[in-house]
Amino acid sequence: MTTEPAAPAAPAAPASAAMVDLHDARYVYAHGNVVALDGLTVRIGAGEVVGVMGQNGSGKTTFTKLLNGLLKPTSGAVVVDGLDTRQHSVQSMAAHVGYVFQNPNHQLFATTVAEELAFGPRNIGCTPEEVQERVEEAVAFFDLGAILPLHPYRISFPLRKLVGIASIFTMRPRVFVLDEPTTGQDHRTTSVIDRLIRRLGERGDTVICVSHDMPLIAHVTARAMVMWNGKLIADGTPREVFMDTSAMVRTHLTPPQITQLSTRMPGRASRPAVLSVAELVAEAQERP
Amino acid sequence: MADEPIISITDMGYTYAQAERPALAGIDLHIERGEYVAVMGLNGAGKTTLGLCLNGIIPHMLMGEQTGTVLVDGKDPGTTVVREMARTVGIVFDNPEFQMSQITAAEEVALGLENLGVDPSEMPERIAGALRLVGLEGMEERSPMGLSGGQQQRLAIASVLVMRPIILFMDEPTSNLDPLGKDEIFEIARRLNQEEGMTVIVAEHEVEVLAQYADRVVVLDEGRIALQGPPSEVLSKVDALTALGLRSPQVTAYAHALSGASAGLPVTIDTTLDWLGARA
Repeated sequence: MTTEPAAPAAPAAPASAAMVDLHDARYVYAHGNVVALDGLTVRIGAGEVVGVMGQNGSGKTTFTKLLNGLLKPTSGAVVVDGLDTRQHSVQSMAAHVGYVFQNPNHQLFATTVAEELAFGPRNIGCTPEEVQERVEEAVAFFDLGAILPLHPYRISFPLRKLVGIASIFTMRPRVFVLDEPTTGQDHRTTSVIDRLIRRLGERGDTVICVSHDMPLIAHVTARAMVMWNGKLIADGTPREVFMDTSAMVRTHLTPPQITQLSTRMPGRASRPAVLSVAELVAEAQERP
Repeated sequence: MADEPIISITDMGYTYAQAERPALAGIDLHIERGEYVAVMGLNGAGKTTLGLCLNGIIPHMLMGEQTGTVLVDGKDPGTTVVREMARTVGIVFDNPEFQMSQITAAEEVALGLENLGVDPSEMPERIAGALRLVGLEGMEERSPMGLSGGQQQRLAIASVLVMRPIILFMDEPTSNLDPLGKDEIFEIARRLNQEEGMTVIVAEHEVEVLAQYADRVVVLDEGRIALQGPPSEVLSKVDALTALGLRSPQVTAYAHALSGASAGLPVTIDTTLDWLGARA
């Protein structure tokens, strides 16, 4: 049903303005001849918020590393923000693709939050005024004013996670790649990250979120992709993808619990699955 | 079930050295033999500390001040040697790679037996038995580093099971695993609990999974037990859990929104379908 690339739910730009454009991209790890990505063709428009799901080893990480040029395709092409990654260095791609690590401890190194935020823009050659302006924008967006003088390791883990994203935000990348942003987080932190990704989407940023967190995918993305064995086996709205039983079963993914409930409720078999508790509650209330 | 609780904790508190506030305070917890207990709470609520108090790492290996009493299978972890406690309580952490140190899976599992001073002639059989319990039979010669994340976590569980503990404490055992790995670990925990009669305690954030397996849910908040009881009782308190920064299963939140009730709500898909049927 969803193996053909479906149109994104709300494209923010015409297809000609693809922010991410992979054409038959293949990647083979030299050691052991492992085909990590098996001819991937996919376009992601500017302003799309996309979820990427799949088991470990399905090719998700290889896909994201191709975007920032850390890996170059063995064959085929990867074009991000109009730049062919084979012709640009990792450093120059970094201004276009911001990669947020799963664990902020692997990313943060400065001695104050303020320093952490200023490092990226300074490193790509911004003037002191520009650096200042970008840091102020990030502080306002992430509400970090109170912790600027603190050491990143002296703040709570959820805040540290925000600083990790904010320090990429100051690079003003066109594409944010978030690697498992909610893994191992408690519910309170997960809600903060959920809200934040939605706000990035509202600003028109392109966000690619690699995650196994099904409620997160359901809440924040307009388009979900499932990878399996180096291939894209489903690509559509989260609603379509969660109902693609064959893709879900093959990858051991289970839709959010409320989505599963909605597909099993007697009397609503003809209606599409819901993505949130609020949606199913609204449905119950509109019924006579 | 035996009459005596397998774990009996009375008014227990623990404060790490130089900490500003206690990690645990006023803990009263009595767990029966063969129970499956889920521990929920925000990061920093005291879940890990509770596990460390059961097998004697607290107070033997960490600096800090402990009050109250802890009895595990009749033994006080504070006065029992850690080696002896390892035979009673097995602990598995969230990152299996940190637990791996050996060249082969068999050596990894043997490590615990060597520390216990088990006769080498007994080892191969016990190792094979432990690997079988976690579905890794025949993998003795494989390198731990060549295993998938789920397999590594199963190996970490085998390394603990080989010491034949009667209690298994798992601290966010699936937070670094993909969906297949998660399913594998929860299936093993269910089997150990239901078929081997082990007492299983799991600290986890994934409330839908806990609701499916646990006999009892214990909610920790800033080192204190905020709520405890059967899943249907604790997880029905949707507003109370929200106030604690936690959440109920999605189906429970749905039933709460429809009925306004905060008790006796369904916590799994199947019981929700029954509940909806009864309302219709």
